[in-house]
Amino acid sequence: MSGGVAFRAALLVALTATLLFLTVPLVAIFVDAGPAELMRSLGEPGAREALLLSLETTLTALLVIVVIGAPAAYLLATRSFRGRSMVITLVELPLVLPPAVAGIALLAALGPQGVLGGLVEGAGVDLVFETAGVVVALVFVAAPFFLSQAQAAFAAVDRSLLEASRTLGASEAVTFVRVVVPTALPGLASGVALAWGRALGEFGATLIFAGSLAGVTRTTPLAIYAFVATDLDAALALAAVLIAVSGALLLSVKLVAGRRGPLVAWR
Amino acid sequence: MLELTASTRLGELALDVALSAPAGRCLALAGPSGAGKTTILRIVAGLLEPERGTVRCGETTWLDTERGVALSPERRRCGYLFQDGALFPHLSAWRNVAYGLRGEMRGRAERRRRAHELLERFGVARLAEARPGALSGGERQRVALARALAPRPRTLLLDEPLSSLDARTRAAATRELAGVLREAEVPAMLVTHDFAEAATLGDTVSVIADGRLVQEGTAAELAARPASAFVADFTGAVVLNGVSRGGEGGLSEVDLDGGGTIASVERMTGPVAASVYPWEIELEPPGRSDHGSARNHLPAVVESLTVLGSRVRVGLRASQPLVAEITDASAQALGLAPGVRAVATFKAAATRLSPR
Repeated sequence: MSGGVAFRAALLVALTATLLFLTVPLVAIFVDAGPAELMRSLGEPGAREALLLSLETTLTALLVIVVIGAPAAYLLATRSFRGRSMVITLVELPLVLPPAVAGIALLAALGPQGVLGGLVEGAGVDLVFETAGVVVALVFVAAPFFLSQAQAAFAAVDRSLLEASRTLGASEAVTFVRVVVPTALPGLASGVALAWGRALGEFGATLIFAGSLAGVTRTTPLAIYAFVATDLDAALALAAVLIAVSGALLLSVKLVAGRRGPLVAWR
Repeated sequence: MLELTASTRLGELALDVALSAPAGRCLALAGPSGAGKTTILRIVAGLLEPERGTVRCGETTWLDTERGVALSPERRRCGYLFQDGALFPHLSAWRNVAYGLRGEMRGRAERRRRAHELLERFGVARLAEARPGALSGGERQRVALARALAPRPRTLLLDEPLSSLDARTRAAATRELAGVLREAEVPAMLVTHDFAEAATLGDTVSVIADGRLVQEGTAAELAARPASAFVADFTGAVVLNGVSRGGEGGLSEVDLDGGGTIASVERMTGPVAASVYPWEIELEPPGRSDHGSARNHLPAVVESLTVLGSRVRVGLRASQPLVAEITDASAQALGLAPGVRAVATFKAAATRLSPR
């Protein structure tokens, strides 16, 4: 009996320690500088520039990921072909890849001396030290988050709905737009949110592949790193913004997932 | 006229059938699950392409594997009613019904009007704005039926339309469906594993087992002259296995496996399945047999009693299991209860034989 109480107490202590360890640093960011100081620091040109650049590059990357990734995920989810699980594994690989490795890999492939560097140059595109390079890095690291969610969402769509749509005169493409995407929307939305969260925090791959050029490739995480040495308040302010945005994204994933039933953590 | 030939392998199933349904008629495909009934509907609708086969609807060829013709499902436009309705969960009832009207009606208002008309016809117009998730099983099935009929399909394909409904809703739904099939001018195919449903809704019944057509005819024909023990069993008859040794006067004497002998007016020798309907079996107290005109008497012990309204289904243990259906009154008069002995009596004329 008393053993049971001790065990429950031990569980409670473990949870409290976990919670404190994971939340105190985040709360500290807001306490350290204070709201007024945070607002003032956000007005600094370098900070605003970084936030706008983050918004621009992550949204562009998301657009690319969704437009190309959704049909690709649909194909993976609905067709069986030789080597399908191999393809899925390759697509998921960047999920576990260290960001620095991703950056080096992108340099090796698309950098000026890279395998496909000539091709990129021939197309008249500059990636290194350019905003376009940031987008490439973001797509590379964030796409798998969307792909795996989208694939699961598409696979969960009841096949008889697609068949019903076909017998009612809709082509496969029309069925995709009018039935598949709307039915899979909660899963697709959480995929977008997860990919966005990953893209917003992207640091290593961007730094190595595109560099940290203020106003061009210095996204918010890179700006935080740059400000740590010069203007700690500005770094804290940017960090606070990222916490708020990431928290909102996570919350939206939970809410969307909660409506579907599984994955729900609280009500 | 809808005509189909198909031959294909699908996992365990080896399908090989030729079927046809005239315009305005309903062909019921009946048989146990896994027999290939739904596969046949899918081949007609173009959702599945067989290795070899043809599908013709009226003058149009939808499928001819020899000539490389295979119209896509959207160009065949079958009114397909799926087992669970397959309503689009993100669309309201009327939008579900209007889904198939995009091709013929440009205007949204026009589509909406037509969808409402159809919902009205099935008594669910008040649910026009409801999402499928908020509908009961019966309501969902009505909306699905309205949706299948909306684009004026060239054939109706109904896959176990009543199986997801509870007993009470099912009676009403059956009547409605019978009405729809009566009014329909196109050929229809209906899949069911229930013989009574096939008999109610099908003009012709095709019994399918293991991917093959076992017997085709009206429900009455199948019940009266089952081509095999399987069909007899499927139509609800009691099936007794034995060996027939022929006999005098146009009768066959059948020695039942496990003991006992019965007579049939049908002539056949060798291993047979004798079938008799439960309502053709009478029960008598032991020792009082050999009175009436019935020739067949099998001593049995009552195992179970199931009351069906004013009738009682009596499960019996003889040399082989039997079921008799008698009135409640006679069951009481005989004092039937599990363990009570009785003699199952039926006429040679009601005993049909099929080879085994």
